[in-house]
Amino acid sequence: MPNLKDLRVRIASVKSTQKITAAMKMVAAAKLRRAQEQAEAARPYAERMERMLNSLAAASAGREGAPELLAGNGRDQVHLLVVGTADRGLCGGFNSGIVREVRRRIAALRKDGKTVRLLCVGRKGRDQLRREFGDAIIDTIEDVAKPRLRFEAAESIAKRIAQMFEAGEFDVCTIYYARFQSAISQVVTAQQLIPFAPADGAHGGAHGGGWRRGRGVGRGIRRGLARGLRVRAERGGYPGGAAAAQPGGAVVPGAAGEHRQRAWRAHDRHGQRDPQRGRYDRQSDADL
Amino acid sequence: MAEEQVNFELVTPERLLVSRGVDMVVVPGEDGDFGVLPRHTPMISNIRPGVLGLYQDGELTESIFVAGGFAEVTAARCTVLAGQAMAVEDLDRGAAEQKLKDTREDLEDGRDDEARREAERQIAVCEEILRITAS
Repeated sequence: MPNLKDLRVRIASVKSTQKITAAMKMVAAAKLRRAQEQAEAARPYAERMERMLNSLAAASAGREGAPELLAGNGRDQVHLLVVGTADRGLCGGFNSGIVREVRRRIAALRKDGKTVRLLCVGRKGRDQLRREFGDAIIDTIEDVAKPRLRFEAAESIAKRIAQMFEAGEFDVCTIYYARFQSAISQVVTAQQLIPFAPADGAHGGAHGGGWRRGRGVGRGIRRGLARGLRVRAERGGYPGGAAAAQPGGAVVPGAAGEHRQRAWRAHDRHGQRDPQRGRYDRQSDADL
Repeated sequence: MAEEQVNFELVTPERLLVSRGVDMVVVPGEDGDFGVLPRHTPMISNIRPGVLGLYQDGELTESIFVAGGFAEVTAARCTVLAGQAMAVEDLDRGAAEQKLKDTREDLEDGRDDEARREAERQIAVCEEILRITAS
């Protein structure tokens, strides 16, 4: 039974934590806005690249000699799943939503006797998948959004994926990420990168086979595909690096770690470790 | 002004730079420059580092430097996806010279083919900037 003094100390503790959280919210809101602007500015490129790849895929469908990055290598045995999550937590169901989808997919693939490999972009995805599928994780790429998310980061990931594909390390590649809708809603999306799966409602065959292929375009297509991968990878990468919402305020994963550290420090200052908080922190470790 | 125009779009990973109708656009294709007028045959081409020219009423109205990328042409539009793009007036000759020197060194001690290719690409970009700004 807590006595009056305990209660007073507790009230003081909660109040000071409240102040810190309020400050964090402001920082997070600013970071979120910046990330959102950046992402929205990058969308036109991704959209147009996708449009171009769609018409290319439609034009080369069923033809001999289509590039393998576009048409696939005809096998379906080894699946590479690219898991795009945040590096930090404290952002509600952002990361666990993505991981849940990935788990479901791994289970389905393994049931069909396929081999699954994982490439994690972002620490949180790795942390959550490590225990169960540690042997499947090839590598983890961290800090893609530090100090800010750049196209080059996506480019290098795409290059790596393309190299792995050429080395025959997998047959099908799918990326999992949260597509940004608003600060409180991100849609977990799976998108097949290799072989290229035209989006629904693609203007398939709009140009028929009517593309005039200039000299050197075959080469160009290959390079274009690599670029396209990059674009998709970037789109996938963005929300992970950007933001997610937390009940009671938007928290940017980048900021969340500081947040938690600071909360802990504040907490230590008050020299009490209440079970409620302890539980909360444990929970967020598993949850985020 | 001609009735029909080409819907020209220039996009970089950072943002949509230009999106408007032009009478003609001249694109530095890998196999040589090509002009795009309305109702052009659909095609896709690589772009070498060079200058995009936008024409209005027979006059060159805007010149934009692009450091390589792709162009997609259809009957109604011309979309250029460039890695980097900036107005010719904003090119920095000094910076390009410095970069060229640095990249040449990179090329010397480039370990794998990938690194050397990348360095060669950079050198081509810098040399083109120097060529353009020479006049």
